[in-house]
Amino acid sequence: MQPHDLQTIASKVQAVRGKQRTRLMCCGSTACLSSGAEAVRTALDQAVKAQGLAADVHVGTSGCLGLCGRGPLVRREADGEPALTYHDVDAEVAARIVATEAPSAPDVASPDVASPDLTSPDVASPDLTAHILPETHPFFARQHKVVLALNGTIDPEHLEDYIAHGGYAAFARVVTTMSPAEACDEVKRSGLRGRGGAGFPTGIKWRAVLDHPGERKFVIANGDEGDPGAYMDRTVMEDLPHQVIEGMLIAGYAVGAQQGYLYVRGEYPLAVKRLEKAIRAAGRQGLLGANIFGTDFSFKLDIRIGAGAFVCGEETALMASVEGSRGVPRMRPPYPAQSGLWGCPTLINNVETFANIAPLFAGGAEKFASVGTEKSKGTKIFALAGKLNQTGLIEVPMGITLREIVFTIGGGIPDGKAFKAAQTGGPSGGCIPAEHLDTPVDYESLRALGAIMGSGGLIVLDETSSMPDVARFFMEFCADESCGKCVPCRVGTVQMHGLLDKIMQQRATPADIEKLQRLGELVKRTSLCGLGQSAPNPVLSTLRYFRHEYDALVSEGQA
Amino acid sequence: MTSTLSGDPRLKSVDRAIKKNGARGDALLEVLNTAQESFGYLSQDLIRYVARELHVPLARVYGVATFYHLFTFKPKGDHTCIVCLGTACYVKGAGDIVAALEAEYEVKSGGTTADGRLSVTTARCLGSCGLAPMLVLDGAVLARNDANSTLERVAVVLDGTPAQEAD
Ligand SMILES: Cc1cc2nc3c(=O)[nH]c(=O)nc-3n(C[C@H](O)[C@H](O)[C@H](O)COP(=O)(O)O)c2cc1C
Ligand code: FES
Repeated sequence: MQPHDLQTIASKVQAVRGKQRTRLMCCGSTACLSSGAEAVRTALDQAVKAQGLAADVHVGTSGCLGLCGRGPLVRREADGEPALTYHDVDAEVAARIVATEAPSAPDVASPDVASPDLTSPDVASPDLTAHILPETHPFFARQHKVVLALNGTIDPEHLEDYIAHGGYAAFARVVTTMSPAEACDEVKRSGLRGRGGAGFPTGIKWRAVLDHPGERKFVIANGDEGDPGAYMDRTVMEDLPHQVIEGMLIAGYAVGAQQGYLYVRGEYPLAVKRLEKAIRAAGRQGLLGANIFGTDFSFKLDIRIGAGAFVCGEETALMASVEGSRGVPRMRPPYPAQSGLWGCPTLINNVETFANIAPLFAGGAEKFASVGTEKSKGTKIFALAGKLNQTGLIEVPMGITLREIVFTIGGGIPDGKAFKAAQTGGPSGGCIPAEHLDTPVDYESLRALGAIMGSGGLIVLDETSSMPDVARFFMEFCADESCGKCVPCRVGTVQMHGLLDKIMQQRATPADIEKLQRLGELVKRTSLCGLGQSAPNPVLSTLRYFRHEYDALVSEGQA
Repeated sequence: MTSTLSGDPRLKSVDRAIKKNGARGDALLEVLNTAQESFGYLSQDLIRYVARELHVPLARVYGVATFYHLFTFKPKGDHTCIVCLGTACYVKGAGDIVAALEAEYEVKSGGTTADGRLSVTTARCLGSCGLAPMLVLDGAVLARNDANSTLERVAVVLDGTPAQEAD
């Protein structure tokens, strides 16, 4: 394939699509599938056929449309009209949606978004308007889609669809017109930082791998997604597999690697299936393999499937796992850039980081950097869950306040309850109480509050939630997931969990709380890897903001 | 060494995974994944077989297999109920669901009832947090459960009648 062949493929797809006035995209992601999306897709297909609309209406499967709590969702795109999303669709509603597409049917008026009502029960309404969410609805309006821009528009399983929307063009341009060093510089200038949690500047990491001497180099995408209440990376892998692959190709070229690995969490069979399909399709088109676009650049990509170990998300443990060993972390330095997979220089980035790369190069570093704050550029995907009216997957500009996420996008707390805290970063993160709701979401601000950006889990807790219980939940997780290599983590997490148990059972004394705090600081300072170093965070953070809840449990027990 | 496995048709996919990777030691994880997929669990014989075919010490195979949570060494019960214990499901009461199941069927999560009828396991986020708490009962993904609805659904499955959507 040559770069201009991409245009040929795109034109072919557009020639077919151009004739169809409307596109109805039924969400095919995990959440909507579990609320019945398959039946909806079948109903859409049947209705289009029965009503003789096949020439006008295209029915497809899309990636996650975001509002997972109100699925199944169907997105409607029509020439010259604003896009909209139907929520709580079932087979019967699907047939009525199709009926409105008949040339003779009257237009369906969009509802008034000034008073969006998503607190109504999720049942099929005789009025189709009650199922419509326009793009101006606050859930969508405050989002900013860079990584997920194509979600809802393209079919995740169609390479040609991705190409028709500009896919692989950025890679073609990089590999034919830029030097590896220039590519690294572009990433550096964009200000992109790692989306896996720690926020290390991506361009600097790439340059380090490029500069390190070595014949063999590797690129690894970290799709282990360990946070036990989040699914951003899963969505990116399932819905935009080609965007991840394109990012890895650009990275491979920029750092001088010939081989890439996608490390996917074992619990994600659909992601594995779609990535495998995407790799095969890209290989067939010559987008992977030897001498891509007729250049000297060759790149091979393989999938490695995890087997359920949180610590394998840590980069050195992950590499041990790719090598087929127990996923036990080791001391750094040496960093993977110096000595990684099989001792070779290795670039390891999170899958969302890779998914940022193609849009970054497509629009240029300056455009990418125009979104976000001074030190945190671009957007971040969050899995918004917990005690909220509107839950789901969102992509927001860095710097947005937590208040906007919770109350505008998330629609506030159900049942008239009060907001208590937002938890970010899962078992490595912390909580943010109501008095800090106006904090901008960026790496530094969240860290200053004792929370972290994390990989994108965002759980909202209301007044009925017990913070010590949440802390115990995460500590149980960490004790269970500690690999056992170093003592502070192996023993410390179990001891801390025991203390939290005692507190929850109202058997603790004030001295136990002091002990918990001291132990937390010790484990944080002395553990070998990030798991132990961050495991105390949920405890220390809830002690910082919700100490009174711990004290109350102690005094109630003693009374 | 003869084993109960020789000639077992389920070995085919395991052999394929071994062959695909040229019997390299770093294929261990993938081969174990495949083995568990086709047999449902890793028996002693199966672990020995993998060690021998990959030319890896048995101790290393055990070490790797026991490190990762997804590998199990005992057969599953006739029915399985997986309760999501991810954060979103937990804050919406998934802990109560597990407790109710453990009490009702006298089984620890991760285990199988003495009569081999029901296995209760937990998962960390099924990727549908908006529909928490989530449950997978005999492969069917069920949204928005609580302790009572779960006990009812499990009882229906164990009785042999098809599970109904309880609305
Ligand atoms: C215990 C632990 C778990 C981790 N889990 C993940 C994970 O699931 N996904 C991920 O991308 N990074 C994870 N990380 C961070 C990785 O070690 C690494 O920093 C990251 O993949 C680098 O990519 P980035 O620079 O693009 O963020 C984890 C770190 C620790 C200490
Ligand atoms: S936490 Fe249960 S589905 Fe995400």
